Parts: sequence; C-alpha cells; structure tokens
Amino acid sequence: MIQFLIHEKADTVGVATVVIKAGEKVHGLFMDTQEPVEVTVSQDIPLGHKIAMQDHETDGAVIKYGADIGRVSEPIKKGQHVHIHNLKTRRW
Amino acid sequence: MGNPKIMAYKRENGRVGIRNHVIILPLDDLSNAACEKVAHNIKGCKALPHAYGRLQFGEDLELFFRTLIGTGANPNVAAVVVIGIETEWTDLIVQGIAKTGKPVAGFGIERHGEIKTVEMASQKAKEYVHWASERKREECDLNEIWVSTKCGESDTTSGLASNPSVGNAFEKLVNMGGTCSFGETSEITGAEDTVKQRGKTPEAAEQFMYFFDRYAAMIDRNKTDDLSGSQPTKGNIAGGLTTIEEKAFGNVQKIGKTINYEGALDKAVAPTGPGLWYMDTSSAAAEAVTLWAAAGFVAHLFPTGQGNIIGNSIEPVIKLTANPRTAGDMSEHIDYDCSAILRGEMTLDESGDNLIELLIRTCNGRLTAQEVLGHEEFVLTKLYESA
Repeated sequence: MIQFLIHEKADTVGVATVVIKAGEKVHGLFMDTQEPVEVTVSQDIPLGHKIAMQDHETDGAVIKYGADIGRVSEPIKKGQHVHIHNLKTRRW
Repeated sequence: MGNPKIMAYKRENGRVGIRNHVIILPLDDLSNAACEKVAHNIKGCKALPHAYGRLQFGEDLELFFRTLIGTGANPNVAAVVVIGIETEWTDLIVQGIAKTGKPVAGFGIERHGEIKTVEMASQKAKEYVHWASERKREECDLNEIWVSTKCGESDTTSGLASNPSVGNAFEKLVNMGGTCSFGETSEITGAEDTVKQRGKTPEAAEQFMYFFDRYAAMIDRNKTDDLSGSQPTKGNIAGGLTTIEEKAFGNVQKIGKTINYEGALDKAVAPTGPGLWYMDTSSAAAEAVTLWAAAGFVAHLFPTGQGNIIGNSIEPVIKLTANPRTAGDMSEHIDYDCSAILRGEMTLDESGDNLIELLIRTCNGRLTAQEVLGHEEFVLTKLYESA
C-alpha cells in the first residue's frame, strides 16, 4: 500500500492518496517509471494535497505533471505541505 | 496493441457506428410534441426534443443546422424522421442528412396540423424501425470508431488517475490509426501554451489559438465577475488543487504525452482524417458531448471525480472514476473503477488497456451505465439570443 504518488520523475511534488499525519515516513511511487520513493512528512497532508519532494526557494517553480504549475511564494522544505499559502499562480 | 476487431454497423457512407438508433428529430421547439407522440406510437425509435430552432440567425443559425444535420448523420443513427413546423426548413435538414445515403424523411406541420403529421410520420418511423432492425453488426476495426473525451466534476483523483487513463487509451487509439478528440476550451486556460505546442504543425497550433482567443474574447464581452479569476474553485482548492495551471494540466492529461493534434475544429465540425483533434466546446458536459455527437463521434470517454451523471441520446458515454467513494456510493453511474492506481496496484498502462477493453465491449453492444439509466441529454449550444 502506498500513501502518495508522483506523476513524473521531474516533478518536485507528490500527491497524497491517503490522509498523512506530520512525522510519518510515507511510501510512494513514480507513475511513469513505477519506481518506489519515500519521504518523511513534517506537516499534516490532507488527501489529494501536495507534499514537497525537495526544498523550494521563493520565486522558484513547483513542477507537477512535468510542468510549471506556479510560483513559490515562501520557502518550502522537503516534506512540507504545498498549497495556496506557499504556491501562487503566475497568471494574475 | 494491434488493431482489435469489433462488431459494428457499416453505414452507407463508409462510416462505422456502434448503435442502431432510429431518431425522430424536431426542427424546432414547436415540433417536440409531435416527435414525442411518434416515439410513443412506434416502439424502437426515440425523439430528441430540444429548446431551439426559431428566429436564430447568422453563426448561431449555422451552428444549429450543423448540429441537427450532424446528429442525424451520425453513424450510430440508422434512419431519421424530421418534423418541423415549416416544410422548407425541414427539407434543409433532410437534404443535409440524406448526403450520408441513410433513410431520412421530413414532415411539415403547417397545412396538415399535428394529428395528421403524427400519423404520417408514425407510418414512416414504423417502416424505418423494421428496416433498421434487420441491419446486422459486421466485423470492423477498432480504429474506425471515432472517440471523444471530456471530464466532469473533477477532483484530484481525476488528474492523478482517471484523466491519465484516458490519455493512455488515446495514445494507443491514435497510434492504431484511430480518430480522437478533446476540447473544453475554458478548462484549458492556464495550460494553453502547452496545448499550443502540442499542435502537429504550426497551422494546427494557430488554429487552436484562434479558438482559444475567440473564447477569451467572448468571456471578456460577457463577464460580470471574472470567470477565470474564480478558478480554481473553492471545492477544487479544498480537494488539493492550488493554481489554475495545476487544474489545467490535470485536465490535459486526457490527451496523454506522446500524441499531437492534427488540427483544431469549430463546434460540431467533423475531422478530415485520422489522429487527435481539438474541438472548440463548452466545458458543460451535455453541450460538449452533443457537439461531438454532431461532429460524428460514436463513443465518449468521461472521467469523473465527484460523479457527473451525464449521458447522450446517440453517443454512448463511458464513465470512469478513480475516486473510491464515487465508485462506491454512485456505482450505478460508473462503468470503470480505476481507483487501484491510487493504491499503487495498477499502472496507467494497464488502466489504459482496461479502458480500451471496455470500449471494445461497448462497441460490440454492451450498454453503458448512462444508456441503461436513460440519461439522454441532447443539449444544443446557443451562441446568442434569437432575433
């Protein structure tokens, strides 16, 4: 049983497929290569929400589906929750 | 995966259909009642009532005619009876459908009254149902089936698993020489540059941008509070989506990674060859599927997250979900549950194969959940008010 999925090898975030609690070491899968991957999560991650798989600097990009899905608005550490508080659209 | 065989209906114009409907098609809102009376009299045919057809003009009228003629011409339809208030316009629809070579007849209500019209049209419908009931399924290739896709009531499970399952199936169908289509112009907002790059030629990319810019201008003309500013919705955000880009990239997973589109089509316009095609459609499910059916598509793949229950009168809608809750508490609407992907127990490649297998069964005659439940949303797209 896995707790999260990553679309592509190039992605910087994974997506929780179950509710994840802070402090849990969780197991995931790269969907393109089927390779296993794990990360220790430092914040609660609701089902369907994103986990940082690496550190992100302010103004950097979050990559999901192999694509830039927005601008980092405050530094994000590996294992943290990525959502509207630290990721903004580049559109407006 | 080769090119699997299916048992389907070869139509007079060479196209292949997977259903054998006799439809009673109203030219206008006034003729719905007569069509429904014919469909009540004659078992084995169906009326397609709709709200429009009077005092439309310009591009809106052209789209209306294209949609009605395209619906009658669809290879899932064996024969058509058209009923309209006026004979002249009824004949325009009849002539358009007749180009396919299929049996079609029209009846005008003026100078006859509804009761006599229903009697004459019922006689013709009975003749057509007898004729259609003797058409036989023949061996055809799966790549002769035109397949469309759009999603609805999406959540994060859509972007994770059900949309990419369709993308995987589309890659396989296009690679075997099939004809596939995607659309939903509003939902592409945020990923339009990526979709532009997926054009096979610069011309295809330019055609796409023409429709995208036309859509954006339409929103600008009519907006009250900016539609795109409200994206993603509160429900999307609660589900884990953060930006409009993320939502749009989740949506375009339905066209996979490795295939590019041949060209971009206006609403209800048929593609001119095999491959993947973009078609400008609304993201409202019933309107969009009605446009694809009118463009000649005969099967639709519909991924849903929270559980959209849409169907169509003539183009079977195959629904899939990766949301285990939806697969459980809305099971009667779901044809394929791909939630095993979320548990790491199934790959996208396997899921794409499963979806194609279900498509083959649907082509061979398996009724979809939507067909069995009688969801027959025939909804015309109207561009602006009538004169």
